[in-house]
Amino acid sequence: MLLKNIYNEFIKILAKPRSYIGIGALTLLICIILFAMKADGSSFISFVTSSFEQTLSFNGTILNGNLIAFIILQMLIVHIPLLVALVTGDLISGEAAMGTVRMLATKPISRTKIVISKFIAGAVYTFILTLWLIFLSLFVSKFIFGSGDLIVLNSEGLVILKEQDILWRYGLSFIVAFLSLLTVSSVSICFSAFAENSIGPIVSTMAVIILFTIIGSMEVSVFQNIKPFLFTTHMASWRSFFEDPVPYSKIFNSIIILVVHNVILVSIAIFKFNKKDITS
Amino acid sequence: MSEVVIKVEKLAKNFGSFEAVRDVSFTVNKGDVFGFLGPNGAGKSTTIRCLLSLIRLNAGTIQMFGKSYATHRNEILSKIGSIIEKPDFYNYLSAQKNLEIFARISGATVSTKEIHEMLEFVGLGGRGKDKTKGFSHGMKQRLGIAQTLLHKPELIILDEPTTGLDPQGIIEIRNLILRLKNEQNKTILLSSHQLSEIELIANRMVIITKGKSLVEGNVQELLNAQELTVRLELSDVNKAIPLIQQHFANVEITRINEVEISLSIEKQQVPHLNKMLGDNNILVYALEPKRKLEDFFMKIVQS
Repeated sequence: MLLKNIYNEFIKILAKPRSYIGIGALTLLICIILFAMKADGSSFISFVTSSFEQTLSFNGTILNGNLIAFIILQMLIVHIPLLVALVTGDLISGEAAMGTVRMLATKPISRTKIVISKFIAGAVYTFILTLWLIFLSLFVSKFIFGSGDLIVLNSEGLVILKEQDILWRYGLSFIVAFLSLLTVSSVSICFSAFAENSIGPIVSTMAVIILFTIIGSMEVSVFQNIKPFLFTTHMASWRSFFEDPVPYSKIFNSIIILVVHNVILVSIAIFKFNKKDITS
Repeated sequence: MSEVVIKVEKLAKNFGSFEAVRDVSFTVNKGDVFGFLGPNGAGKSTTIRCLLSLIRLNAGTIQMFGKSYATHRNEILSKIGSIIEKPDFYNYLSAQKNLEIFARISGATVSTKEIHEMLEFVGLGGRGKDKTKGFSHGMKQRLGIAQTLLHKPELIILDEPTTGLDPQGIIEIRNLILRLKNEQNKTILLSSHQLSEIELIANRMVIITKGKSLVEGNVQELLNAQELTVRLELSDVNKAIPLIQQHFANVEITRINEVEISLSIEKQQVPHLNKMLGDNNILVYALEPKRKLEDFFMKIVQS
């Protein structure tokens, strides 16, 4: 029954126009960034590298597909949660708003399975969205700008990664980025179990992300103790794969925090949906 | 003794401080068309939602097919088809896709051919590919009935199934319910405001008001215990009223207008009334029994 309902959930997601807004918006945004980089990427690079020009000289093509992919990922990973929440925030509350939750809950499938099947369908959607992001940012960028070494500027300074040392890093960062977005999906599904309309969970998810991001970025001692446990703190962990050496223990810690968040949030959604009186 | 399909005892449900249902009990036997009556806000929909495990009880028990939801939820629900208030569908999907979705999780294997046949059966043949977004209320109601019957349930729970239907649609639903009872021996719980419909098709009923069940029993037995209210259209009302009072003791007569009166009388006395009027040269243009269930319902609810 679980598999049958997962299949049902896929059909619903595929048929909803809003599911394509995310993919369409992502494609448009990446095309705009690619166009901007193609038109005036060298100025952008000079601006970033100008502070190093007195101590370093750069040879070769810095503005290549690997760098563009990194820039795109940095820019968009902040906005993709909204595109994820747009679909996943509607998964349970959308049924309540439409009235179909009555029909669904009177079928011989447990409410726990209903939530799990929605979570799995939402996870697959998030996976596809992340995959599309990686495909467009990495492969299309490489096709347009060619390949080359990657220069990354992080808090430790400038990291130069060899061309042949990059693809696996993108592969693993994709997994962590997916896990981050899956946590966003779980947040919105959790809110969705409490709501009777689609807008509430989407807005609430974004509000939580903004709130946690602000708390995480404030260097105030009172927030320092909770900061490591906020999922938003770990949403940029994919970037750690572009450090040298890769801080595996830090990444592993982030993965644990994100997985725990997912488990807790889906459990809350299951508990709430099971206890809920369906009166809509 | 009949097999009990639904047994509700002392059901109670609160929403915060609001007591939606406080003491509802009734029994539905296999093969019954069971009328579930009550005025607006009586607690009918809350009770039906409890019967379908959509909401939790605060007190009382519900046994479906002799089993409890606590231990046999999925088994019970696989035997039930239902429409609660109005059927809602995924408006971005076609009628056929909607039926496929609900059939897939109904606990039965339903083929595409059966879905097409069901759409034909409810009068939506040829509309299967259309999105339900454009469906009228009546069409959604028909699709709801198709969804209800698709997995061949033993028990059908219909909450106001004729709401929003045109007269032809109402007759079709009535005939459909009778066919389900007579040809397939389905058990049907029917909540409706259309008292005439209930009177025509239900064999047993319960009346609830203010969250409490007041009367339960066989429809005909309950109604026959009551006096019949008849409307008479006569050639001379002024002459008729004293004559009726003279021949039929304690009859309460209401003058409707210059040519019409209504009165409550035992069913067996109606032929005598007609004969007496004829013998006294009063022409009877119409002798029409008012809906008995309507009177009975009003009497119970107002009491």
